[in-house]
Amino acid sequence: MFLLGSKAQAEDYSAQHRTDGFGVLVDTTLCVGCRSCEQACSEVNTDLPRKTLAHFKDLSILEEKRRMDFSTYTVVNRYYNTIPEADQQPVFAKFQCMHCLRPACKSACIVGAFSSESTGAVQYDSWKCIGCRYCMAACPFQVPAYEYRNAFTPKVRKCTFCQPRISAGELPACVQACPMEVMTFGPREELLSDARAKLAAHPERYVQHIYGESEVGGTSWLYLSSIPFEQIGLPKLGYHPTPGYTEPIQHAIFKYFLPPLGLYSLLGGLMWFFNKRQKKTKTPDFRGLHTS
Amino acid sequence: MSAHENAAPIDTPFFTRGVLLLCAVMVTGIGFGLYRMLFSLAAVTNLNDQYPLGLWIGIDVASGVALAAGGFTTGALVYIFNREHFHAIIRPALLTAMFGYTFVAIGLLFDLGRWYNVWHPVIPFMWQGNSVLFEVGICVVIYLNVLYIEFVPIVTERFIGRVNLPGFLARLNDPVDLLLRFMDYFLGKIMFLFIIAGVVLSCLHQSSLGTLMVIAPYKLHPLYFSLLSPLFFLSSAMAVGFPMVIFESLLAARSFGRKPEMHVLTPLARYIPWIMGIYIALKIGDMLYRGTYVYLFENTLPVGMFWLEFGLLTMLPFFLFLSPDVRRSPGWLFTAALMYICGVILNRSTVFFIAYQPVYGENAYIPALGEFALTIGLIAALMLVYRIFVTLLPVLPLKEAEHGEH
Repeated sequence: MFLLGSKAQAEDYSAQHRTDGFGVLVDTTLCVGCRSCEQACSEVNTDLPRKTLAHFKDLSILEEKRRMDFSTYTVVNRYYNTIPEADQQPVFAKFQCMHCLRPACKSACIVGAFSSESTGAVQYDSWKCIGCRYCMAACPFQVPAYEYRNAFTPKVRKCTFCQPRISAGELPACVQACPMEVMTFGPREELLSDARAKLAAHPERYVQHIYGESEVGGTSWLYLSSIPFEQIGLPKLGYHPTPGYTEPIQHAIFKYFLPPLGLYSLLGGLMWFFNKRQKKTKTPDFRGLHTS
Repeated sequence: MSAHENAAPIDTPFFTRGVLLLCAVMVTGIGFGLYRMLFSLAAVTNLNDQYPLGLWIGIDVASGVALAAGGFTTGALVYIFNREHFHAIIRPALLTAMFGYTFVAIGLLFDLGRWYNVWHPVIPFMWQGNSVLFEVGICVVIYLNVLYIEFVPIVTERFIGRVNLPGFLARLNDPVDLLLRFMDYFLGKIMFLFIIAGVVLSCLHQSSLGTLMVIAPYKLHPLYFSLLSPLFFLSSAMAVGFPMVIFESLLAARSFGRKPEMHVLTPLARYIPWIMGIYIALKIGDMLYRGTYVYLFENTLPVGMFWLEFGLLTMLPFFLFLSPDVRRSPGWLFTAALMYICGVILNRSTVFFIAYQPVYGENAYIPALGEFALTIGLIAALMLVYRIFVTLLPVLPLKEAEHGEH
């Protein structure tokens, strides 16, 4: 089931058209909420604050709905179907950065601190970052977290898709650690056909939708669920990428710099016209801010 | 011509009780600002992962830029549309714009996590043409420089023929004087290029500030998410330009014990309802077109803010400015201008952190005391710097009585 591409193959994927990058398919119907993925994530990301083993063994934490923060790249939450008559088995869902194909964080960033890698990972470069946190406002999944307590070198924190591991041909730590094989890592296109096959084979088991196939233009991480996705904490989003709202406005305003130059010429023309009209009586005062 | 074509340094004593109060407010604010710099954003602000943008972005930056629009609107009125009558207000308007933008930059530094990287956006290999914020940043940087250039004639006028450097520097008196004369002559020839550039740059970044949150369609309340948001920001900034000039002029008149310049302000106020009318028409038209009026009676904070900032603090001053009686009365004019200024500040705050609804919102963001303290402290600092400049440089029009002496 693990369709692991070689390193060479990973490098072939164009960063521009990266619907053929890697992805992970999360089948939430298989998850038992053991938090092994959280522990594995914490172990490989050694630059995050350390957490004790006891923290990860404590399953009572599932009582609350957690989100990622400055010390955590992934969390598992427990949900129940909100329809009372429905099956009340718990459903567990793991969250992390979705690694969008058209990332809002990357489009928003003023210095280009986010990049889309050929692997499918969306990477953050703290060296460029100015700490404006516009990426956090832009993210439709509310993923990036901030080191608000760090006075001098705060970073934006989010899942790296284990970029160093996957470009070395290894699995992301969470995928590797999962005892239930909830997550499948592989080329995104192949994951999508796997997911479709699952939906067709077990229509009684799954909501007939692959979350992330088209949401906000598609995400590298894909989800299957037995109950509606909004009930397992995945927001209802349209299929239009969110940078698709702002970038056309930006690019129209700066098309070959014509609109700004046009406005400049128009205002110059008006200035000439209104000053010429007065010239009959008085020499025009183009000396800017001189008042006398 | 009339007495109001000439400007001069004011002759009021610098320190008054009000000035001392401003100093205290400024020092308190800067204290909180330094505390944030030394002990992190978390130590002073209530910002969190759900609400990454707060009071400092909504007021110090976004509202600051909008309220500094008086510089470019007055510049366009006087120099492009050649309305000579308004010459007396160009310098105060320009000075406020210059300080407004300077304080926007200072305020921003306190908010940026890595403030020492603030220069990164001007480095070509970090340019990011897709980013709305990049466009805002670059335009603001260029415009700030344009404002400083536009300010040069005020300095040259004050010091040409009067350069008197202390000690051994006195030898440089003549070269400096020559430099000032050269700058004065040269800039005088090409100043119109900068004045037009200032208007173009302002239109670009005022509108782009409105595009910023368009990237978060799922987080913004529907009343505040619109693809026309850049036009709302641009037209409301243009509309608040003259009210801001009027507000300052009346405030300065009171503070410096001068007569309100109603012969300029009353005709200036006549333009306001036209520009506000464009903003209001766009806003209501957009609401009808997108059908967002269905939210108007929803019992939520963003909707309440809409009624307050638009229903009350935009519509009411609009009708007030329509009335000739209001435009002739210093008190009423001041009230109407202040109302709309508050309306614009609340509008920007609403867009950036009140109508902003996190996907996983748990607790509301209420700005911390320290956030308010720095914001108010920076406003106090701006007023003090303004007072220093009008005391030292020829910014405000000469008093009527003094005119004969010059």
